[in-house]
Amino acid sequence: MNTAVNNSNDATVVDIRKLWTVFKSADGEQVVHRDLDMHIDRGEVLSLVGGSGTGKTVLLRQILGLEKPTQGVVEVLGQEPGELSASGAANVGMLFQHGALFSAFSVLENIAFPLRELKLLPDELIRHAALVKLQMVGLEPQHANKSPSDLSGGMIKRVALARALIMDPPLLLLDEPTAGLDPEASDSFCNLLRGLHRELGLTVVMVTHDLDTLFDLSTRIAVLADQKVIVSGTAREVIAYPHPFIHEYFLGGRGQRALEALHDKPATEQHAPRPEAARAER
Amino acid sequence: MPSATPTADAQAADSALPRVAQREQEGRQWTVATGRWTALGMSSVPAWQALSKSLAAAPPADDRAWDLRPIVQLDHIGAQLLWEHWRHEWPATLEMEAQHKAVLDQVAQYTVATPDEPPRTLADRIRTFSHNGPRAMYVMRDFVGLIGQLALDVGRLIRAPHRAPWRDFSGHLYQFGATALHITALVGLLIGVVLAYLISQQLRNYGAEAFVVNILGLSLVRELGPVLAAVLIAGRSGSAITAQIGVMRVTEELDAMRVMGIPHGFRLVMPRVLALAIAMPLISLWTSMAALLGGMLAADAALDISPAYFLSALPRAVPIANLWLAMAKSAVFGILIALIGCYFGMKVKPNTESLGRGTTSSVVTSITAVILVDALFAVLFKGIGFRG
Repeated sequence: MNTAVNNSNDATVVDIRKLWTVFKSADGEQVVHRDLDMHIDRGEVLSLVGGSGTGKTVLLRQILGLEKPTQGVVEVLGQEPGELSASGAANVGMLFQHGALFSAFSVLENIAFPLRELKLLPDELIRHAALVKLQMVGLEPQHANKSPSDLSGGMIKRVALARALIMDPPLLLLDEPTAGLDPEASDSFCNLLRGLHRELGLTVVMVTHDLDTLFDLSTRIAVLADQKVIVSGTAREVIAYPHPFIHEYFLGGRGQRALEALHDKPATEQHAPRPEAARAER
Repeated sequence: MPSATPTADAQAADSALPRVAQREQEGRQWTVATGRWTALGMSSVPAWQALSKSLAAAPPADDRAWDLRPIVQLDHIGAQLLWEHWRHEWPATLEMEAQHKAVLDQVAQYTVATPDEPPRTLADRIRTFSHNGPRAMYVMRDFVGLIGQLALDVGRLIRAPHRAPWRDFSGHLYQFGATALHITALVGLLIGVVLAYLISQQLRNYGAEAFVVNILGLSLVRELGPVLAAVLIAGRSGSAITAQIGVMRVTEELDAMRVMGIPHGFRLVMPRVLALAIAMPLISLWTSMAALLGGMLAADAALDISPAYFLSALPRAVPIANLWLAMAKSAVFGILIALIGCYFGMKVKPNTESLGRGTTSSVVTSITAVILVDALFAVLFKGIGFRG
């Protein structure tokens, strides 16, 4: 495991080579990924984009080691994700779509859980470390004793993020980080993520359908279609790629509006950007 | 975690372990920290023990200077450890890299006293206690309401039978009844065997072997069969009903139904109650039969009472009224189990803990109710079904 620690200085954090994912069901086989290649470098914020059923979440789960690919190699920090999960939260943090907070625990216990499970560090240290993370994600110390059922959607995401970050993992995976948040909450969540990415030097992989989040945060966008990554690059490069899915996704009505905000064009009467898009540009 | 084999790899890794060392320089005591001060770096037992030992050798003191420049990597957990070690105060002399200082600054800024839950006062306890009293009343009131609603729904069913959820009803009938046949038969059979052996031991002392038929027949048909079946079904179907309806509450399906104007009572509660009211007597009969079969076989083996004698003596020993009583009792058990299951299912709050608690309460309450009602039946019908 120490070799992994040493290797973690290498530029590549996630390396996926010749990945095949095939789902078998009663009606036959369904190929989700065919010869998919993807590399994610240290410090990137990579967004996975694709229509529904193109296997974005499956790819995240394979990076986490929750699912085994049918064929091919997935390496995270130079290791197979299955072995990685032994030292768990110190390597990869995951923000699940609905937070996946343990409803039996208080907020602070939720955040401290991975550290507590080591059964090594003193209680006082763990409690303070969890409080530091709680405040880093923008919550107040008095929220510490609440139970998850008393929290709003935005707060649940923040607590889940704090829990994912408790051991300062170099890699953070986000599944729809702003889904279900109101525009203001998703804006401030984006700002929070951007700040944490800068401060902690995180590598972030996220699946999102929110175009504002997408343009706001990503340093690179990878588009999943036709069972592989058809193009990956900056927003500009991706949009320039000729493919019907990309055309529909980015150049449809919503995409246009988000793009306008990105380029900070003066808003016209009939093409006024949505308020949250305008704020995102700030 | 460092491997036990002393390979070059392990040695290289060893130097990356977080450590502090003492150094004398310019007449001052310096403490030098080295290695990776990260959560991963100290999350193995040897690394943590070595670190805490070397930290214990460097207690925080005014004249001690700290040199953190050799630290390779410092994350929030490492910084937290230092900050706790310094007892939340900056040391007088501190040398460190700017990026590590930023991490420590953040930890220092955000480390606050843990907000404790305010301790429960006597007034709180009294309030909780006084709140629990009326709550038992609310439960009773809600339960009575549920029974009333059921009566109204059954009335509605009789007025317009073609509108009733018959598909649900038949599905539940299959789920609660047909799929429970194996387990109830097995348990009944074994109980019959065990009872017959126990009784035969005692009867042999008095030379009253033939009475095994009377004792077994009466106890199994009248009491044990129905109660055993009801306890099994309470554990099996009562919990299933609570979990089903509880998950529907968690996923807001119940609210969706109400918005569509579909009443919960008519659509969810009534089919389940009717299905169990019909399935329960049949299962109880089935369990009694299995238990009698077991008893008959055991009596044959232990007392040489032939199955032919057993079967001919049974109708004489157990009047048929006992069977009707058992069936009627079982129908009441079924209605109670389904109603209690539905009640706790509806009361589930949208979190996992509440779901678990609801399921447990449902099973415990319905088993208790079954036994209470059984005692009530025993008192009320004490003059029926015995050969005077």
